[in-house]
Amino acid sequence: MNFNWLSQIFIISLMNLRNIPQRWGTSSVAIFGVACVVGVFIAVLSMAAGFQRTMSNAGSPNTVIIMRAGATSEMSSGLSYEQTQLISSIPGILKDGDQLLSSAELFVVVDISKKSTNTSANVSLRGVMPAAFAVRDKFKIVEGRNFEPGKNELIVGRSAQKQFNDLAVGSTIKFGQTEWRVVGMFESGGGLAESELWCDAKILQAAYRRGNSFQTIRAKLESPGMLEDFKAAVAADPKFNVDVKLETAYLSEQSAPMTKFIMGVGYPLAMLMALGAIFGAINTMYTSVSTRTREIATLRALGFGAFPVAFSTLFESLVLAFVGGAIGSLVAYFLFNGYTVSTLNFASFSQVVFDFAVTPALVKQGVIFAAVIGFIGGLFPAIRAARLPVATALRDNG
Amino acid sequence: MKYLYFIFKNLTRKKVRTSLTILSIMVAFLLFGLLRSLSAAFDGGAEIAGEDRLVTIHKVSIIQPLPQSYLAKVQALPGVEKATMANWFGGYYQEQKNQFAQFPVLADDYFDIYKDLIKLPPAQLENWKKNRVGAVIGRALVDKYHWKIGDRIPLIGMFPQKNGSTTWEFVIEGVFDAKTEGADTSGMLFHYDYFDKSRQFGEGTVGWLIIKVKDPKQSAQVAAVVDALFENSFAETKTNSEKDFAKSFAKQFGDIGLITTLILGAVFFTMLLVAGNTMAQSFRERIPEFAILKTLGFSDITVMLMVLCESIVVCVFGGVLGLLLAKIIITGAAVDFAATLPGLGMSWKIMTSGLLLVILLGLITGAAPAIQGLRLNIIGALRRN
Repeated sequence: MNFNWLSQIFIISLMNLRNIPQRWGTSSVAIFGVACVVGVFIAVLSMAAGFQRTMSNAGSPNTVIIMRAGATSEMSSGLSYEQTQLISSIPGILKDGDQLLSSAELFVVVDISKKSTNTSANVSLRGVMPAAFAVRDKFKIVEGRNFEPGKNELIVGRSAQKQFNDLAVGSTIKFGQTEWRVVGMFESGGGLAESELWCDAKILQAAYRRGNSFQTIRAKLESPGMLEDFKAAVAADPKFNVDVKLETAYLSEQSAPMTKFIMGVGYPLAMLMALGAIFGAINTMYTSVSTRTREIATLRALGFGAFPVAFSTLFESLVLAFVGGAIGSLVAYFLFNGYTVSTLNFASFSQVVFDFAVTPALVKQGVIFAAVIGFIGGLFPAIRAARLPVATALRDNG
Repeated sequence: MKYLYFIFKNLTRKKVRTSLTILSIMVAFLLFGLLRSLSAAFDGGAEIAGEDRLVTIHKVSIIQPLPQSYLAKVQALPGVEKATMANWFGGYYQEQKNQFAQFPVLADDYFDIYKDLIKLPPAQLENWKKNRVGAVIGRALVDKYHWKIGDRIPLIGMFPQKNGSTTWEFVIEGVFDAKTEGADTSGMLFHYDYFDKSRQFGEGTVGWLIIKVKDPKQSAQVAAVVDALFENSFAETKTNSEKDFAKSFAKQFGDIGLITTLILGAVFFTMLLVAGNTMAQSFRERIPEFAILKTLGFSDITVMLMVLCESIVVCVFGGVLGLLLAKIIITGAAVDFAATLPGLGMSWKIMTSGLLLVILLGLITGAAPAIQGLRLNIIGALRRN
């Protein structure tokens, strides 16, 4: 034989693939196994990816959030009116014309029922002053109008409207004894704010008996480099007793427990499932080798090398795994990408509405995953194929 | 017995294949055990919540406080055996990641109302009552932070004290244990009086009321009476059974049950196919042998039962291994998760339903080959060789 190994590999692998239809049963089981593993893997992790995307889309790199020292979330913070005034006057905060980009806000939750389950959920209600709109670049009212100060009017985030009952523009909703009119719907670059309801801070102070107090300040700094100076200026005054954090840092802190939890469940789950799929793949490939015993022996007798024979088995396994991986990714994409759910973010004790996000990075991970399954599943059977004793195998009549 | 030996011999003929099949079934049931336990832990609060306890919160949202005066009014209602109150404290120890639940409560009343779930040695209760800044902690907290009685624990809370500080000091005076499996012992309880008199704002309010009704059958009526009592006041209430309260709270996280069922469905379907296919194939290869058995005088039914037995043995072996492994992992993880997911544990209910599924899986995977074995035509099968 004067073929080189490369052409031997090519010939045998091609022959192998052409024969797959003859072993359709076991091959489809292997494909199906890999598809399921990759599908579940991507579906679970797309939840984490979507959650993270919603949380991080909200942040801007030169916005700081100021809360009472030690507060773990906006909900547990509290600032007096005087504090908010004094902090806003510290140099370093950006001005837009005459308006100081510093927004004192209230953050509470209200019970509204979820559309999907009709059970009550903690929906964020944020009380804001005009500066709030200037601090957030991506904020935009897309339906209706903004609320009028001094009135019981609400504007609702796009995601909140999708997920919770009674939030259509024009409808009224009752919190306790006060009725609120939903007058507008807003977008905020797909960020966390879209899970919230907004109203006039003064009205909310009265409704929640908060006197003239606020909870947080969101402020835009003149440049991200100002952060340390600003922090130092705030820390220098013992009256304040507050923490200054970058909004992006705050949000990633808030999303960490949930993301960690999903990944902590998702990865081990995928590993275990992969183990199952590997067993399936090994069985399939052993079957493939044993049904081809005579064929392999014949090839060897004709002068084909052991390595090309082994490689062809490995190759077959990889092809099956890739096909499975592709099917799994596609199914996960079409079933889950953009699927909207909401969960209670425990850190802020309020609902976050987010979409499952099947990102290219996840698909890549899924494909790598499939390749690993295919490789391990094909390796041992490939070794067996290479080691088949030619003479006995030719005699095999199975 | 001789059949069992025969089955065993058959199984050990292709050891690699049999072990791979067993392993994949093991993985499926390991996942079953883990996911079911996880999902049960999310609904755990609802599982053990008392039927005779009601929870009253502010109608607008749970974060809104209720006037403390509501407690006496509720206590005076007919049908109410006892009522008490609690508040959220939202503190953490040293670092933000060390968050756990703390509630300011009325010592005697709280342990009386929850006497079916948690217990505190009487001597510790007495000591605790004598110490204004005393606190009692659950067993899970002891396991996590290794605190002991007498330790001074500073916590950073969301409530500032009158002097503006958010650091509160507590002295551990006792440790309470769970009475029922799954009861939450990941929290800390301290005196409401200390909390209320020291905080900067909100004095004289409570977070929620816990009501024990005289007759569990009248829970709904009592709840309605409580809510009617405060209707049209500035703080209207929403009263539910503790079970519903826990259930609806669990639902806030999303439909964990549905998600786990979907994943399990995918896993099971895959494993069923993988294991079933392998077993079916092994039977196909042995058809001539079955024909010989029949020729030797084994009845149709015996051959069928043998095939069925073989698949059940494989499934039971793998399934039980997986369930036991899950039990071990969950028991190990329960300590680490005690604070975040109290009540994580693999109950006997999960174990039993797992075992039933194992047998079902064995029956399903063995069914097709078993029927084949039953209908096997000796002449035809022998000729196939």
